[in-house]
Amino acid sequence: MANKEKNKIKLAIYWGAACGGCCVSVLDVHEKLFDIVAAADLVFWPIALDFKYKDVEDMPDKDIDVTLFNGAVRNSENEHMAHLLRKKSKLLVAYGSCAHMGGIPGLANFSNRQEIFERVYETTESTVNPEKITPQTKSKVAEGELSLPEFYNDVRTLNQVVEVDYYIPGCPPQSERLLEVFAAIVSGAELPPKGSVIGALDKSQCDECPREKTENKLLKKFKRPFEIEDDGKTCLLEQGVICLGPATRGGCGVRCIEGNAPCRGCYGPPTSIPDPGAKMMSAIATIIDENEPDAIKKVIETIEDPAGTIYRFSVPQSIIRRKIMPQEKKKEEAVLQS
Amino acid sequence: MTYEPTIIAFLCNWCSYTGADLAGTSRMKYASNINIIRVMCSGRIEPMFVLSAFREGADGVLICGCHPGDCHYHEGNYKCLRRFHLLQKYLTQMGLNEERMRLEWISASEGKQFAELADDFTEKIRSLGPCKLKETAETLT
Repeated sequence: MANKEKNKIKLAIYWGAACGGCCVSVLDVHEKLFDIVAAADLVFWPIALDFKYKDVEDMPDKDIDVTLFNGAVRNSENEHMAHLLRKKSKLLVAYGSCAHMGGIPGLANFSNRQEIFERVYETTESTVNPEKITPQTKSKVAEGELSLPEFYNDVRTLNQVVEVDYYIPGCPPQSERLLEVFAAIVSGAELPPKGSVIGALDKSQCDECPREKTENKLLKKFKRPFEIEDDGKTCLLEQGVICLGPATRGGCGVRCIEGNAPCRGCYGPPTSIPDPGAKMMSAIATIIDENEPDAIKKVIETIEDPAGTIYRFSVPQSIIRRKIMPQEKKKEEAVLQS
Repeated sequence: MTYEPTIIAFLCNWCSYTGADLAGTSRMKYASNINIIRVMCSGRIEPMFVLSAFREGADGVLICGCHPGDCHYHEGNYKCLRRFHLLQKYLTQMGLNEERMRLEWISASEGKQFAELADDFTEKIRSLGPCKLKETAETLT
């Protein structure tokens, strides 16, 4: 793996549809960054270093040893870079929740391009746009033609676009885990099978969670975190707050729960659970303390936005990858009428 | 060619499957669109099963279990009922017509009711038309 002449590996970090937090999590290794730089040459990292896309294009194929790709694939630029970096890298790692499962940008799969453009460029309260100007992929100006990446309907995970070797989950991944993974790659140790989630445990959050859990999980009302007087000790689910711990992989050090906030599922489900939301629905249904349909519905009403809560970080990776949009529904109605 | 819906039915072993079996042994006719999957209890039906059925191309999903109070495992059907309502809420949020999924209680003696239910649900799904979920989930746009 290591470059024989310099004994250094070539590392690239790229962001797709991301907030920048993943890149910051790399910086969060603090002085350990010197260890990384001692073992690796950073050949591409848009947030920190001034390399151009052209520099990557000019590299020979498989020249980069490891690429950490963070962010989802939202537009044609993200997709182009995913393909390019796949071609130029020996190992392509989906780094962080967005590249792994779609992450927070993936919540846009409850909508589509048309709805998003209407909201952003027309109906937001601070927008005045009587001519309804929206971004175009090509526009002619005096100096010539300008182009913008194409905005897709769907937010994609990295593995829906290119082959991915490993996944490091988290929003953002814990820097300690990154160092462990990095050390393993540099040392030339035998790596786990392709497609593995690395830098996380295979047990659930509940396994690591220090809060007291009993069998007494029966609820007549679900609450939002601000509605409870948390005693800091009892399982959050038992207190009525939806905590995604049961359907989420451990490894983050239960940081949210340590901070008295429920787990939101950024580490994704353990290997044995293919769809975190489906598992969470089972778990939530089990603790509803009602047996009559109307009473059950009333309890479910107290869950604010169930789909967005149980699939907070994983809509594009879930079984039902996106919302079926109204115009497609209209077609259904048309069939109904005919 | 007329449109024939694909329907997946999850039936519990003790009541509903036996009920469907009774419909068969009594030579009752019902829509052949119903594809039955036998499970030990309606409480065994994970949301995952239903989502997978839709993702694989089902136009409708029917879930049948023992009547409330009659569950072979005491309360599996209540668990199923709670899951059903939550799942229905989720599927509605995902833009699916909630009528594509139905939960009914069928006892071991209700062969006739099962046959009628199968016909009725098939007609309902036929009137709703093909489910777009598989196509939507498999086409990136």
